[in-house]
Amino acid sequence: MLSFALRRILVALAVAVTVSVASFMLLHLSGDLATAIAGPEATGEQIAAIRVQHGLDQPLLAQFVAWAGKALQLDFGNSFYFRERVSDLILARLPVTLTLGVVALCVALFVAIPLGVLAAVRRDTWVDRLALAVSVLGQAMPSFWFGLTLIMVFAVNLRWLPVSGNATWKHFVLPAVALGYYAMPAVMRLTRNGMLEVLASDYVRTARAKGLPPRKVLIRHALRNAVIPVIALAAVQFGFMLGGSIVIEAVFSLQGLGQLAWESIARNDFPVVQAIVLVLAMIYIALTLAADLLNALLDPRLRS
Amino acid sequence: MSLQPILPPAAPGLAPAAPVTAQPAPEASKLAPARSPTMIALRRGLSHGGFLIGASVLGLIVLAALAAPLIAPHDPYAQDVSRRLIPPVWHAKGSWEHVLGTDKLGRDYLSRLIYGSQISLLIGLSAALISGVIGTTLGILAGYFGGRVDALVSYVVTTRLAMPVVLVALAMASLVGGSLKVVVLVLGLLLWDRFAVVTRAATRQIRGQDFVAAARASGFGTARILVQEILPNILNALIVVATLEMAHAILLEAALSFLGLGVQPPLPSWGLMIAEGKPYMFFQPWVITIPGVALLVLVLGINLLGDGVRDITAPEGRN
Repeated sequence: MLSFALRRILVALAVAVTVSVASFMLLHLSGDLATAIAGPEATGEQIAAIRVQHGLDQPLLAQFVAWAGKALQLDFGNSFYFRERVSDLILARLPVTLTLGVVALCVALFVAIPLGVLAAVRRDTWVDRLALAVSVLGQAMPSFWFGLTLIMVFAVNLRWLPVSGNATWKHFVLPAVALGYYAMPAVMRLTRNGMLEVLASDYVRTARAKGLPPRKVLIRHALRNAVIPVIALAAVQFGFMLGGSIVIEAVFSLQGLGQLAWESIARNDFPVVQAIVLVLAMIYIALTLAADLLNALLDPRLRS
Repeated sequence: MSLQPILPPAAPGLAPAAPVTAQPAPEASKLAPARSPTMIALRRGLSHGGFLIGASVLGLIVLAALAAPLIAPHDPYAQDVSRRLIPPVWHAKGSWEHVLGTDKLGRDYLSRLIYGSQISLLIGLSAALISGVIGTTLGILAGYFGGRVDALVSYVVTTRLAMPVVLVALAMASLVGGSLKVVVLVLGLLLWDRFAVVTRAATRQIRGQDFVAAARASGFGTARILVQEILPNILNALIVVATLEMAHAILLEAALSFLGLGVQPPLPSWGLMIAEGKPYMFFQPWVITIPGVALLVLVLGINLLGDGVRDITAPEGRN
């Protein structure tokens, strides 16, 4: 287990380094940052001045080394737009996005796991079909449109919840549903398939044969085992949701990391964009690492 | 299976089930022409509800996109400020002149919707094509050679998965300047991970089979084996992933355009139509409902088609 863990941690570190190189290069090779910062009406001299001011006249490698060296100390430089430290900006916005992600994950799990269990227990009945329909719809629904539709129905017509902003917990309900629905299909299907497999297994048959009440067999014996891979999937989905929250935050005007990223992209505020890409990637890498280690801890066969 | 624990399950239910243990059976088809693989697949397809619905929906939308100049009642770009935001025909104030109403500039919504299908389909197809070439190349190489090549490809895929797609796509599109071409390129360059994972698994399953060994023994070069022996036999799995990625690309394009960094006005992208309708949605909800439903139906159709192909081509048949 220890050597497996060490190897996985090393891979995760290497991936983290590669991602930071890749994201840095992508941004720098996609266009001339100095021209983008200066705006369409800038003169050649202004562009040249900006180039020198932000160190963009240096070779790309030198720029990367300078940036990475500081990033290691969590210093991502200053925002072009806010004249503030990027790390402060991110720390101020991160709680909103994390709250959204956690609530969305809870919504997804609380709906998807019971639905998956029911679909497996009542296989090929209307419950199973309903679960399938929910998951097929979830995969086809544009999340931003689903968010807007939720606003129209629950905030404007029924007036149950606020339209946008992030002042109270009520503001997080609709965005969490919109974001969580996106993660539901995968969790639902994995729970259903896991349950089908476990329900057909010998130990469940033994438990039943012993005369244990069906509910106890279902929860204690079956669900407990079927849910193990779901935990790992949930960790990965959480990472995806943080990355995808940019669209939902824009729809609901939640002042989170995604909104900051979107605005910074529009303002050509590259230090901020670069730092957010890196932070989201690091969170994702940490989550998948945790999921892998957890899986390996629970299932020794995966350690090979 | 070094790749499995690192990667999230590619598509739910896809990874182990989809790769077909393609048994090329030319002899069988000669002996019993009525039961050739194509015929069996065809018969299964015709009795598979999801496949039929998906194929019909997608077929209709493709037809509409191709015949857009013939069937669109108006010019999708013609503005008429005196006829702004006319509601659709089922509203009290609607008229048959503009069946789905008009937008904030008085452009006919139905015509824009029809022309918009061209954009979605074009983006979906081209992005899936680009990412398909990248991902399949990586996946086949990793699956066929195994060992270090496999480790390297797995590493590249893991790295790609760690990058937040929406954010990176937005940033790249913004720097290069949002346009149809840029969106296609950016999505094509970002969405190849699932292709790589699935073709890798499918290739691993068949690389040890006799016909591959036979090809090797006949002195075929590696490139020829990969292209002529492996590729045709993982085609089914590839088609399934292609539909998924097409749907994925269409949804992402809509999101990018909605955020203002994808396809630019006045093109009638459905995501852009939703963005343009957003300020009016409280009083004229249909301005966002119509393009949203169009997106939903298109993506649903593609997904049903893909699920259908997976079921039909699976060796054990349906489920």
